[in-house]
Amino acid sequence: MSVAAEYAVKMHHVTKTFGKVVANKDVNLELKTGEILALLGENGSGKTTLMNMLSGIYFPDHGEIYVKGKEVTIRSPKDSFALGIGMIHQHFKLVDVLTAAENIVLGMKGKATVNRKEINRQVSLLAEKYGFEVDPSKKIYNMSVSEKQTVEILKVLYKGADILILDEPTAVLTPQETERLFAVLRNMKADGKSIIIITHKLNEVMAISDRVAILRKGEYIGSVITAETDQAQLTEMMVGRPISLEIERPAVERGEKRLQVIDLTCLNGDGVKALDNVSFDAYAGEILGVAGIAGSGQKELCEIIAGLYPSIGGSVLYSGEHDGVAVKERILGLKPDEIVKKGISMAFVPEDRLGMGLVAGMDMTDNVMLRSYKSAKGIFVDRKTPRELAEKLIDELEIVTPGVDTPVGRLSGGNVQKVLLGREIACQPSVLIVAYPVRGLDINSSYRIYDLLNEQKKKGVAVIFIGEDLDVLMQLSDRIMVLCGGKVSGIVDPRQVTKEEIGLMMIHTGEEMENKEVTA
Amino acid sequence: MLNTLSGLFTAAVLAGTPLLLGALGEILTEKSGNLNLGVEGMMFMGAITGLAGSYYYEQAVIQSGGTPTGVMSALIALFASFLAGALGALIYGFLTITLRANQNVTGLTLTIFGTGFGNFFGEYIGQQAGGYVAVSDVTKGVFSRLNIPVLSDIPVIGSLFFRDNWLVYFAIVVAVVMAWFFNRSRVGLNLRAVGENPATADAAGINITLYKYLATVIGGGICGIGGMYMSMVTTSGVWVHDCVSGYGWLAVALVIFATWSPARGMIVALIFGGLTIMRMYINIPGLPAQIYDMVPYVATIIVLVVTSMRESREHAQPKSCGLNYFREER
Repeated sequence: MSVAAEYAVKMHHVTKTFGKVVANKDVNLELKTGEILALLGENGSGKTTLMNMLSGIYFPDHGEIYVKGKEVTIRSPKDSFALGIGMIHQHFKLVDVLTAAENIVLGMKGKATVNRKEINRQVSLLAEKYGFEVDPSKKIYNMSVSEKQTVEILKVLYKGADILILDEPTAVLTPQETERLFAVLRNMKADGKSIIIITHKLNEVMAISDRVAILRKGEYIGSVITAETDQAQLTEMMVGRPISLEIERPAVERGEKRLQVIDLTCLNGDGVKALDNVSFDAYAGEILGVAGIAGSGQKELCEIIAGLYPSIGGSVLYSGEHDGVAVKERILGLKPDEIVKKGISMAFVPEDRLGMGLVAGMDMTDNVMLRSYKSAKGIFVDRKTPRELAEKLIDELEIVTPGVDTPVGRLSGGNVQKVLLGREIACQPSVLIVAYPVRGLDINSSYRIYDLLNEQKKKGVAVIFIGEDLDVLMQLSDRIMVLCGGKVSGIVDPRQVTKEEIGLMMIHTGEEMENKEVTA
Repeated sequence: MLNTLSGLFTAAVLAGTPLLLGALGEILTEKSGNLNLGVEGMMFMGAITGLAGSYYYEQAVIQSGGTPTGVMSALIALFASFLAGALGALIYGFLTITLRANQNVTGLTLTIFGTGFGNFFGEYIGQQAGGYVAVSDVTKGVFSRLNIPVLSDIPVIGSLFFRDNWLVYFAIVVAVVMAWFFNRSRVGLNLRAVGENPATADAAGINITLYKYLATVIGGGICGIGGMYMSMVTTSGVWVHDCVSGYGWLAVALVIFATWSPARGMIVALIFGGLTIMRMYINIPGLPAQIYDMVPYVATIIVLVVTSMRESREHAQPKSCGLNYFREER
């Protein structure tokens, strides 16, 4: 083709249903050649499904797809490649035990043997062209999330894709990594590639895209030129009603010292200290934010307090009350059920919602029951109470599900999180630990989660909030503890520091930061 | 002492070869993400069809007045056993790949089926032949130790390495080819991706169904040849009831011991082979034979413990092994 068609991709009246669920209804989408289009929508609005029809994972029930001006039928990922479409999935599609370069050439035609030197060289060249940094001979399981993403992008570029689809590429990246990714995307755009980026982070939409297309509940709402719009308008189009982007931080009188963590130290799987003399206090009626680069010991910290991970030193003291009687306990080293037996109601919403938090294959009733079935007397379990609670949760938290009998694994991310958080809150905790509660959630669900956390705070619960989005942490938390490499680099008042200062604390430990500390 | 050791080595090679073939077939199968526990069954199927192939070939040639040749007889045994193993694997493949039945259950069923198949036809052909079925000396000769000019006559080395039967060398060639295939060839790379992460391989445009079928069926065929070794070499061309008896399971254990590597499989097969016949060479008075029989399994458990303690990602079972793949599963 000598002259590039005006539209790289056109989708007309595309409909896709899964059983009774309509994922996409009569959607129209156009991607101009050489532009960056942001596809915006809440969770479950059908963004990924729509894109999977371009990448050949799903086949549309109705509708036409035009690529570079020609009507096409995409039956498999192979067809999709042939048309120059490459998709970078949200969940990386990489083989762990192979190297970066091996993953990149996977499935490609070519000589019967794999010349590793040659493919490594080619991959390095390609990476250089767009400004990536990658070691082609590194195995995937040794890679960080952003390195894996780089490999994903190189994979589609290597295959000669000129239409790239990125499904929530920034969800797992640090701010710096996101900036680097955007620079690469701009390089690719300058090279004439057409790009669709799926996201629900509005500031990123504004920063990177030329145009925005909005989906809501599987339907196409419209598209706007980024330069002519603002975040408020986009939110309204996405949610269907105006929504405030302010996160509330209700003023609540701080209560007693609920948890006292002293010199907590633990090792990770490799015998390296994952936590190193971590000390802090959590008070009733406050949200303590925990900031840090991924893998700074957040996971271990949560799990030690919840009684799921062994420590090698330190202490965790709890003080609260149970049925009007004061409870003061050392809880370090106790198992979760032993903690419950002591009359301590601790709730933990783990990062891995469908692994550690809920059983994906079980329905809502059973998942809710997991928290309560042990307290029943006799040999039979009581199904009625959890079922009622599940129905109540659906009502109160606006969980979108066909019913309490649907396996939770089939729900969208936001709804899964609501089930989990709802269940944990329902047992009236006095300490609530939440790890990355809004990861992968859309705006509407995220704000619902923030509201729920604030409600708990008002009730006098000590909330520990492990977060990754600094903007959110700074707006929601009463205090922020910054972790760096398993050490506390400071506990600060978010009203008195800047985002940059916290960012700095995330990469510098220790003493140089002491002047920033606020006395608790 | 030296004589005992070289005797043990030769016997270990003889006993280890069917294990190696069974394990190689299973490695190929598992690399595609299919855990086929029907190795024992497929070996039984290969054992009887290999023997029957040679036997009926000889009978047919003798009846028409000719003289059967050993090479032809061996080739027929090879192909018949390969086809029988492949057929067993095809049943398994159809159930697990196309119909997505549970792999463990299907594999175990195949073992039960294959054992019955082998013993039934073994007895049946024996009855027809008037008591028991045995191949003629021509075929026996071709499956006995080779005498390679020059090489076999080298002192020590010759008797250690160059006087085995042809199936030993065949198994080594298969192992070497397979090692090369997994590590150096593009198709092998694709196959590993299928077994590790079928969704990824699918997204890369690899035909999952085709790869799984081919690996499973060819792997089954290799297991079948391993079974043919049992009836043609171990029992010298005579059908012995239950002749495979547990060798298929040892082969599955060997796959784990070899950490899914065909090259390591050769060494491990030698060790396993040695362990299975050890009692005839190293006799500890008063130690029951059953204790000797346990040794290979104990060794496998130790290897499993060690490898899981090391948490090695590369020397582990392919990640999606045992799981069926369905593209539109959400």
